[in-house]
Amino acid sequence: MVRFVLSRIGQTLAVLFTVSVIIFALMRMIPGDPVLMRLGDDFTQEAYDRLRGELGLDRSIVTQYVIWLRQVLTGDLGDSVLNHERVSRLVLEAFVPTLLLVVASVVVGILIAVPSGIVAAMRKDSPWDYGSMGFAIFGYSMPSFWKGIILIWIFSVYLGWFPAMGYVPPWTNFWEGLWRLVLPAVTLGTFFSGLVARIIRSSLLEVLDQDFVKAARARGVRRAALVYKHALANALIPVVTVIGLQFGALLGGAVLTETVFAIPGMGRLSVSAILNRDYSVVQGTILVGVFAVVLVNLLVDLTYAFLNPRIRVT
Amino acid sequence: MAQPLEAGGRPFEPGGLAPAAGPTAVPRGRSSVRRWWGRFARNPGALFGLAVFLAVVAMAVFAPVLAPYDPIAQGVGKPLARPSAEHWAGTDSFGRDIMSRIIYGSRVALVVGIVAVLLAMVIGVTLGLISGYYGGVVDVVIMRVMDGLFAFPIIILAIAMMAVMGFGVRNVIIAVAVGFIAPFARVTRGDVLAVKEEPYIEAARLAGVSGLGIIFQHVLPNVLAPIIVQGALRVSGAIITEAGLSFLGLGPPPPTPAWGRMIAEGQAFIVMAPHVSTFPGIALMLTIVALNLLGDGLRDTLDPRMRR
Repeated sequence: MVRFVLSRIGQTLAVLFTVSVIIFALMRMIPGDPVLMRLGDDFTQEAYDRLRGELGLDRSIVTQYVIWLRQVLTGDLGDSVLNHERVSRLVLEAFVPTLLLVVASVVVGILIAVPSGIVAAMRKDSPWDYGSMGFAIFGYSMPSFWKGIILIWIFSVYLGWFPAMGYVPPWTNFWEGLWRLVLPAVTLGTFFSGLVARIIRSSLLEVLDQDFVKAARARGVRRAALVYKHALANALIPVVTVIGLQFGALLGGAVLTETVFAIPGMGRLSVSAILNRDYSVVQGTILVGVFAVVLVNLLVDLTYAFLNPRIRVT
Repeated sequence: MAQPLEAGGRPFEPGGLAPAAGPTAVPRGRSSVRRWWGRFARNPGALFGLAVFLAVVAMAVFAPVLAPYDPIAQGVGKPLARPSAEHWAGTDSFGRDIMSRIIYGSRVALVVGIVAVLLAMVIGVTLGLISGYYGGVVDVVIMRVMDGLFAFPIIILAIAMMAVMGFGVRNVIIAVAVGFIAPFARVTRGDVLAVKEEPYIEAARLAGVSGLGIIFQHVLPNVLAPIIVQGALRVSGAIITEAGLSFLGLGPPPPTPAWGRMIAEGQAFIVMAPHVSTFPGIALMLTIVALNLLGDGLRDTLDPRMRR
């Protein structure tokens, strides 16, 4: 187990290193001279050379990378060109609503997926099965931004049950915050539930087909009891893996969903940064987003190892 | 968003398959195509997917014939007119015919979706072949880079690429393609590792066939089926990514009709003219559902893990 944990942490560090190189390279590929952009109208050759030296741009590309990495590791992501705030603060502030949306969507997704996956597996090839699998396919095939607009149309405009948009942090006003989170979380959660319901169904079917289940059935144990006592626990392990595999997709979906619901998260920050050529903010959002994905994958793998004794002992 | 089929769980349920004739007798030629079609045609979802996909392709190819109006001409109807006999899907805030824009929008969706996936496929498969066949340092370097790329959520990577490259259809294709290279490289490498140990590869090597010759003549044909399946499954993800970029305003610049941007433009009018967002969304969703069902069908009938 210790060896597994250490090797997974090692792999994670390797991935983070590659990611950092990719982001560094991307930022260097941006057209335009960063020195000129910062100098603006104050251009003199002397000022140019001095700033170039200060930014380390006169050194080798490897040295530049090392300088950049040191800054990133100490949390120094630079300042926003637009409003001169620290990028690290801007990005973390934007990351909280996005993460909240992702977590809420996972909860909503599991609440929908577990019952519909069970029903589909227990009544395989029945209208229940087709119905819940059809819902699953539509759930993950509907683009989240369009689904969000349709939900606003039905539940805010037409029925008037939920606010159409906006964000209130749940720690300032819990119920208001939660209420406003419902539609965005359903939007993204039905994408996630679509994936999970299919996996629960297929792994349940697999377990139900195994000899020990057939033997128990022969002894007269009811199918429902079997599912809840034996099969479901096995079927839920892959769900943990899906959270890891799909965390990136969920984060990407959240970026789009929050744009629809005017949630001040990573999506809005990165898009406005791109349109304003505020590249240090762009870099910050990407860094934090990818770092979160890599970290969640590590956590999920470790959780999986903990849940699965076959990995735990090796 | 996309790559939703990443986690297809264990999709390779070995149900309803005739026992294969042994690993050396991989069926080729016409009869195997017919046998494949026989399996494929038994899946109603896959057939539906194929039919809708062909319809979308026809829509894109014959757009000038099918579209009742010029998709970028403003004021062909009253702004925000509801669906009617003249304008089947109504008009948008500029008085442009939404139906015509949907029909032309299928071009952007399909071109970006298919070209991006093909591009990613060519690059990813080549990297996977090299990585898997040669192993060693080359393998480590390529696969670590792929691990890094794989860590990026596709839409976030695409957003970053658009920031660097600027807007336009070509750049959208590149931005989307980069996000899909890693999965192709991984799948290919995995299959190459398995194929590499087969006796016929050893035989070819002993017969003096060069490394490249072995890769392209013997390894590639034997790993092609899962790659095609991957490709089919990825097109929907690529189209969703393009639509997402367009929705954020980072896609092909206006007035090019792109479904994502049309949905975004309609959001402001959701109260008085819900049709502006609804119809392009239906077109997008139907296309994605069709491609996912088609991809599932291909996976279930084409993947060699089921034939072997």
